[in-house]
Amino acid sequence: MSPTDPLMPEPADAANAPPLLTARGIRKSFGDVEVLKSIDLTVPRGDVVALIGPSGSGKTTVLRSLNGLEVPEAGTVEFSGGDVVDFSQSPSKRQLASLRDRSAMVFQQFNLFPHRTVLENVIEGPVQVQKRPKAEATADARALLERVGLGAKADAYPFELSGGQQQRVGIVRALALKPQLLLFDEPTSALDPELVGDVLDVIRELATEGWTMVLVTHELTFASHVADTIVFMDGGVVVESGPPSEVLQNPREARTKQFLHRLLDR
Amino acid sequence: MTESLWDLLLRSLLPIVGGALTGTIPLALMSFVLGLIIALGIALMRLSRILIVSGLARGYISIIRGTPLLVQLFVIFYGLPSIGILVDPWPSAIIAFSLNVGGYAAEVIRAAILSVPKGQWEAGYTIGMSRAQTLVRVILPQAARVSVPPLSNTFISLVKDTSLASLILVTELFRQAQQIAAFSQEFMALYIEAAVVYWVICLVLSSAQSVLEKRLDRYVAH
Repeated sequence: MSPTDPLMPEPADAANAPPLLTARGIRKSFGDVEVLKSIDLTVPRGDVVALIGPSGSGKTTVLRSLNGLEVPEAGTVEFSGGDVVDFSQSPSKRQLASLRDRSAMVFQQFNLFPHRTVLENVIEGPVQVQKRPKAEATADARALLERVGLGAKADAYPFELSGGQQQRVGIVRALALKPQLLLFDEPTSALDPELVGDVLDVIRELATEGWTMVLVTHELTFASHVADTIVFMDGGVVVESGPPSEVLQNPREARTKQFLHRLLDR
Repeated sequence: MTESLWDLLLRSLLPIVGGALTGTIPLALMSFVLGLIIALGIALMRLSRILIVSGLARGYISIIRGTPLLVQLFVIFYGLPSIGILVDPWPSAIIAFSLNVGGYAAEVIRAAILSVPKGQWEAGYTIGMSRAQTLVRVILPQAARVSVPPLSNTFISLVKDTSLASLILVTELFRQAQQIAAFSQEFMALYIEAAVVYWVICLVLSSAQSVLEKRLDRYVAH
C-alpha cells in the first residue's frame, strides 16, 4: 500500500516504543453508583484492545472516558507525546480537545448527521475542524468510501442507507480524521444479524493494516480473531486481561469463566 | 344585498388588500425575523448552565407569556412617552411584536434543540468540533426541521395579531377596513370582508408550511 493511501495509519514504531495511550486510575460514578473503580488501560501502538464483559460492567464508560465524552472524577489519560489529562483537576476544554484530536469514535447508533449526505458527513471534520482543503478532503473521502464498498452512495442521505451501510459510513467518517486511535462502541449491536458481517469485515481489515483500536464488543469470536488484548470487565473493575488465547480460551478468574459459559450456553 | 353594497365591497377591496400588502404583511415579516433572532438568543440563554443567565431568560419568557400583547403594545406606544421616550407607531409595533414572538418562539426553539438526540452532540465533539460549532452545524439545522410546524403557527398567529397595531394608529389591513366602515356605516360587511382577507392570507401561509415541511423532510431520518 502506498504511504499516501488515506486508509494507511502512521507506521508503528519499534516494538518497545511507549504505548500510544495510557489510562490510569479512572474512577466514575453516576449518582451513588460507582461504575468504574480505578481502571487502568494500556493501548500499545498498532494494537487492538477489545473490552468485553456483561452489560453494566462499565466497558462503554471506559471507552467514553478516553475521549472525554464522559468526564471521570479521577484518573489520567495520556497519549504518547501529549499532555497528561488529569480528570481530578477538572480538565480544560483544550485538554479534552487534545484527546479528541487524536482519536475518533464509531458509535453503536451510528450518529451520522441526518441532514448531510454521506460525503458531507465524511468531510465535515476534515474541512470544518482540521481546515483541510475541500477538494483534497473530498478526494480522500471518496477513496475511503470506495474502499468500504460505498463509492456509489456518496450523495445519498443516511436515511437512504441500511444500518450496515450507515455504520460503514460511520467508520469512514472516523478514518477521514486520520486519528491515531479509533474507538468503537459496540459497532454492530444495533445491526440486523445479516448486516453484521460487512461491518466486522471492515474492522478486521483496519486491524490488519495496523490501526490502533479500542473496541467494546459482544462479538467474542470476532474479538478473539482481531484483538491483541482482551480486557474482561465486570462490576466496574478489570477482572482479567491478556491475549485472547488466555482470557477467552483459558480464563484464570471465576467471573470470566462464568461470563463465557453463560454466552456459550445460549 | 343591494347593488351599492357590492360596489362598496369591491371598491374597498383595493385599500384593504393594500393595507395587507403595505401594513400587515411587512409588519408580520419584520417582527417575525427579529423575533426569531431574539428567540434563539433567549432559548440558548435558557439552556445555559449558568443559573443567572437561564433565570433571566425564564423571567423574560414568563413576562411575555403572562401579559396581554395589547398591553405590551400600549406600554411601548402610550406608556413610554410619559417617561420621555417617544416611539412612532411602526417602530412601536415592530418592537412589541418581535419581543412577543421572541418569548413564545424561544420555548419552541429550546424544545427543538432538546429534541435532537444527544448522540448528535457527541458525534460533533468526536470529530473535533467545539460546542458552538456543533450547535451551529449539527444541532440547529435539525432543530429547524422540528420547529417548522410550531413556528408556522406562531407566524400565522402573528399575522392576525398585527390587527392590534390598528389601535396604535398603524395603517394596516384592519385599520383600512375600520375607516371605510366608519365612513359608510356598513360595519358588518366591511369587518367580514377584512376577516376573509385575513383568512386567505392564512390559507396561503398554511400551504407554504406544508411545502416547506415536505422539502425539509428529505433530510430527516425516518
